[in-house]
Amino acid sequence: MEVVRAYFRSPPAVIGLILLLIVIAMAVSAGWLYPRDPLALAGRPLVWPFANPRFPLGTDNSGRDIAAQIFHGARISLLIGGVATIIAVAIGIVIGAVAGYYGGWVDTVLMRVTEAFQTLPNFLLLLVLVAVFGSTIGTVIVAVGVVSWPAPARLTRAEFLSLRNREFVQAGRTLGLKDLKLIFGEILPNALPPVIVYASVVMALSILLESALAFLRLSDPNVASWGNLIGLGRDVLRVQWYVSAIPGIAILLTVLAVSLVGQGLNDALNPRLKGR
Amino acid sequence: MRILTLAGRRLAASIPTLLLILVGVFLLLQFAPGDTVDAMMAQMGGGDARTAAELRRFYGLDLSVSAQLGNYLWRLVRFDLGFSAIYGKPVATVIAERLPATILLMTASLSFAFFFGLILGVIAARGVNKWPDTLISTVGLIFYATPSFWFGLMAIVVFSIYLQWLPAGGLTDITSTATGIWAVLDTARHLVLPTLTLGLIFLAIYLRIMRASMLEVLNLDFVRTARSKGLDETRIITRHVLRNALLPMVTLIGLQAGTMLGGSVVVESVFSLPGLGRLAYESVVQRDLNTLLGIVFVSALLVITVNFIVDLIYARLDPRITTGA
Repeated sequence: MEVVRAYFRSPPAVIGLILLLIVIAMAVSAGWLYPRDPLALAGRPLVWPFANPRFPLGTDNSGRDIAAQIFHGARISLLIGGVATIIAVAIGIVIGAVAGYYGGWVDTVLMRVTEAFQTLPNFLLLLVLVAVFGSTIGTVIVAVGVVSWPAPARLTRAEFLSLRNREFVQAGRTLGLKDLKLIFGEILPNALPPVIVYASVVMALSILLESALAFLRLSDPNVASWGNLIGLGRDVLRVQWYVSAIPGIAILLTVLAVSLVGQGLNDALNPRLKGR
Repeated sequence: MRILTLAGRRLAASIPTLLLILVGVFLLLQFAPGDTVDAMMAQMGGGDARTAAELRRFYGLDLSVSAQLGNYLWRLVRFDLGFSAIYGKPVATVIAERLPATILLMTASLSFAFFFGLILGVIAARGVNKWPDTLISTVGLIFYATPSFWFGLMAIVVFSIYLQWLPAGGLTDITSTATGIWAVLDTARHLVLPTLTLGLIFLAIYLRIMRASMLEVLNLDFVRTARSKGLDETRIITRHVLRNALLPMVTLIGLQAGTMLGGSVVVESVFSLPGLGRLAYESVVQRDLNTLLGIVFVSALLVITVNFIVDLIYARLDPRITTGA
């Protein structure tokens, strides 16, 4: 309860939460406000925003409703952000926990692999994965998750290193608990809070990664993703710049919301570190 | 000398990492639909199966995967990255042509982000929780959330299309015949927008880290000592605090080198710069897997080099690193 009160005492955290709730509301109401396929033709191409009450945000190069794409795009962005983050954090936790708990050669090998992933530029690996496995929305989400796990792994490992010789762990060991039970039942719950907070960073970066991929037209062209729309708008940038501008603002606000909520959670959970 | 030994040891430790990356990506690319010969045949407008088999034999693609991997690594030792069927040139040549633009862009963005991140971070930390701090931190948060390619497009709309101050893309003006200093200025003009675009997110990160690390160092005992000695605030900041607060910033350069290289793929595509990132994108689209693998190798090498330089700077800033511990 103290944490909740501390969270709501910070104005940026509240703003972030409101923004995030708006994005979630857009994603939820998309099917109800815009029941038609957002990628279906809706009217004349390149209608400016506010020019026609039927299309409050105008239409794109091929006459598709931009507002509908923005609402449905919220679903895609949250889906990508959510699922890719779960994948990245899950891989990170398992690798970090095993490396930190066992130490020795297991740690060395796993950290070498982590280092390899960190040395290879994220986005380049993402390009390779998409080139190899194709770019349906499913593969893109998994690929984004697969390139984002090293940071959570390092964080989990650091937490495990500091926890693995605490008294409660030794007590568990003396009681004869199995390694698996010790790792996931005893140590992990104590190591989790900083990793959960860091998940907000992973989520923000995943949304940005996918939008960049979509902008390059290497993501799934059959879903209404904000990045796809920015890529389309690039062809008419000279005059109808709003086609690219509007989805960009949507991405910016979503990533901002996720970051602010993460920051707010961090400050609420570690009051001493506030302002750092 | 000790610095070099230490950094050299780190460098040697990165060789297994490099090998791991190469083997991993090589095996990954085996799953790719279609190989170089398929891409070549498509470019030739098709051909019969016998020609394809002959080409595969010529490029060593009929061997087992492990034999191919062995061959590849052995050629790599001699700096032979193979042949790009799409560009009709050795991969090493293709990459060497594209590398300067990327290095130029990365250096410019890094300098921009580091310099302004440092200044803004110091200003924010000196007026902590007052309006300059609030303003700078808010701007930093917004920059952090801005997709770089979108910022690039909007910058093109404002500065190239409406105001017509800066060029919208390319590295040089193709109609220009300028030489010497004018050619350099021309390139610099072309690099302004790409540098800002790529540097923006790093500016946001650097100013946040700089602010945090300034606040931390400002609370340390030696700063209080300096104050009680009667030193004025500017002198304390420049002579005592800055040097110590810089350490996390320098660490960050090494950690972010890979991210920056990845970001240049997008930025180079937005501004059609002939760089390594754009080459990576093109080789994905054209299925030029040999070139893609070469780019992976060179990128990893670049990141390792940046980290080597960071180690050297680090040791120079913090003498404790070289004197034991």
